[in-house]
Amino acid sequence: MQLEIEDLHIGFPGPRGFAPAVRGVSFAMGAEKLGIVGESGSGKSLTARAILRLTPPNAVLRAKRLRFDDIDVLSASPRALGAIRGRRAGLILQDPKFALNPVMTAGEQVAEPLRLHKGLSRRAARAAAVEMLAQVRINDPAAVAHRYPHELSGGMGQRVMIAMMLAGDPELLIADEATSALDATVQAEILRLIEDLVSRRGMGLILISHDLPLVSHFCDRVLVMYAGRVVEAVPAAELRKSRHPYTQGLLLCPPSLMRPRARLPVLARQPDWAEVA
Amino acid sequence: MNGRRDAGRLRVLSTSAASISITLFGLILVTFLIGRVMPIDPVVAVAGDHAPPDVVARIRSELGLDRPLAVQFLIYLRHLAVGDLGRSVMTSHAVTADILQYFPPTFELATSAIILAVLVGVPAGVLAASRPGSRFDHLVRAVSLAGQSVPVFVLGLLFLLILYVKLGWLPGSGQVGITYEGVVPPITRMLVVDAALTGHWGAFWSALSHLVQPALVLALFSLAYITRMTRAFMFEALGSEYVITARAKGVPEWLVLWRHAFGNVSVGLVTVIALAYASLLEGAVLTETVFSWPGLGLYLTTSLLNADMNAVLGATMVIGCIYIGLNLLADFAYRLLDPRVR
Repeated sequence: MQLEIEDLHIGFPGPRGFAPAVRGVSFAMGAEKLGIVGESGSGKSLTARAILRLTPPNAVLRAKRLRFDDIDVLSASPRALGAIRGRRAGLILQDPKFALNPVMTAGEQVAEPLRLHKGLSRRAARAAAVEMLAQVRINDPAAVAHRYPHELSGGMGQRVMIAMMLAGDPELLIADEATSALDATVQAEILRLIEDLVSRRGMGLILISHDLPLVSHFCDRVLVMYAGRVVEAVPAAELRKSRHPYTQGLLLCPPSLMRPRARLPVLARQPDWAEVA
Repeated sequence: MNGRRDAGRLRVLSTSAASISITLFGLILVTFLIGRVMPIDPVVAVAGDHAPPDVVARIRSELGLDRPLAVQFLIYLRHLAVGDLGRSVMTSHAVTADILQYFPPTFELATSAIILAVLVGVPAGVLAASRPGSRFDHLVRAVSLAGQSVPVFVLGLLFLLILYVKLGWLPGSGQVGITYEGVVPPITRMLVVDAALTGHWGAFWSALSHLVQPALVLALFSLAYITRMTRAFMFEALGSEYVITARAKGVPEWLVLWRHAFGNVSVGLVTVIALAYASLLEGAVLTETVFSWPGLGLYLTTSLLNADMNAVLGATMVIGCIYIGLNLLADFAYRLLDPRVR
């Protein structure tokens, strides 16, 4: 799997003119673990969704290159897109409370991609769905398969979500703030599960988060985004030694329990961060 | 687990039974009071304007109208309990018998109208929502706005003018052609159904062609409402996260539309359709008048104009009960379709 993005622009036409949200993002990745960090509105989610062309319908996409192996995503037919979505790349959204279909059981939702991508019969897909639920370490998967999303806890819901996205054996998994809506203890479990499954299957992972330490812990490489551009791309191990003042500022922000401070630090934003480097 | 679920169901059942009996009692009380408060003297309606005073007094006591209001209400309740709605002055039949005769044609009309409205309105709303701002969307919105704002009697007369008078494609008013009048033995009293059941095919086609226009007019009215609601519900559903999830899984667009988005919308639509249906059963008054359709609406209007209070109250009662029944049915369907309230 090879993903190439060059000079990606995403914007929205609005009453006060065109509002750019992503402004010239470029990166390439293979079967590695890539972290994308940045604050709300920095364009990280939109960038990731553009890979599957799942941006909102009114978004305008433009890029010199947006390729998933040999598929040109921007000009791909619905059929070609269907060959990427769920089959070669999966997307895990933030909150399973909203991201799971409330009127379908967990089993039905996991079985759906199995029927679509692997051509399994209804009965075989149902059995395979239970198997998938076991793979994401759900206890008593046969019973959980019959439950509706509102009967699941947040962590369990996110496991179902992961099972659903891995059902088509994709080569790339995009986790868009996949643990932000969960309790801290559950967060760690889900991340470990994702990491384990990704490594075992030799998949690529894009982990989107606003949590820098977490990303640097789980990923090989980190892109730092600010105002719609990538301001810095560093190996995760060297994040602490990063040079960009925005990244430095972000690293200084989290309060520490060991060294409490009266005033929390605030980013002193510089206008030139948003400019073309 | 099962025990708790059963207990929950029992509680739901008992609360809905309680709320139904309260609504029903309210309905009876209000219709009764309206009948007694109305500035129409039922005695005069029976005896005529020039009856001598002793006759008036005799009829008054025969009808029980000289007793206290509370006693009258209890008597009314007792009659109601055995299905006695009194006698109609106009037809001199029991009101119950009249309603049994006039309700089936209304039922036939409203049911064909709602089927038409759902078959056209729901897909139109879904497709319009899937392509917001498209030409189809604009068309659907314009038609549904017009359908709701043009009064039924205008629409009915327009249909008659074009399809009957100008083009001559469809017959005018009435339930069946005059040559087939009284030919079909009544079974369900829905003429189209009865004609088909008894194999009177000539009468069947005549009845069907007579049904088309009033059914279209009625359908257009609720079609507008159903389309608008479907479009609004679908539009909201298509913007939700689970739709993004479905697309990310690689679900083809038509399945995203019909399985994922519509699957969630259908729950709310059941209520919309049930209420639209109820208002058709009751709101057919104008349409039935325009097309001289021998249904409950026409019966109600004629009774009202003739100050035939027993008939008016009886018909009102029946319509009220239909409303309650359909609400109950919608509630039931809701519980069946939405796993969250099961």
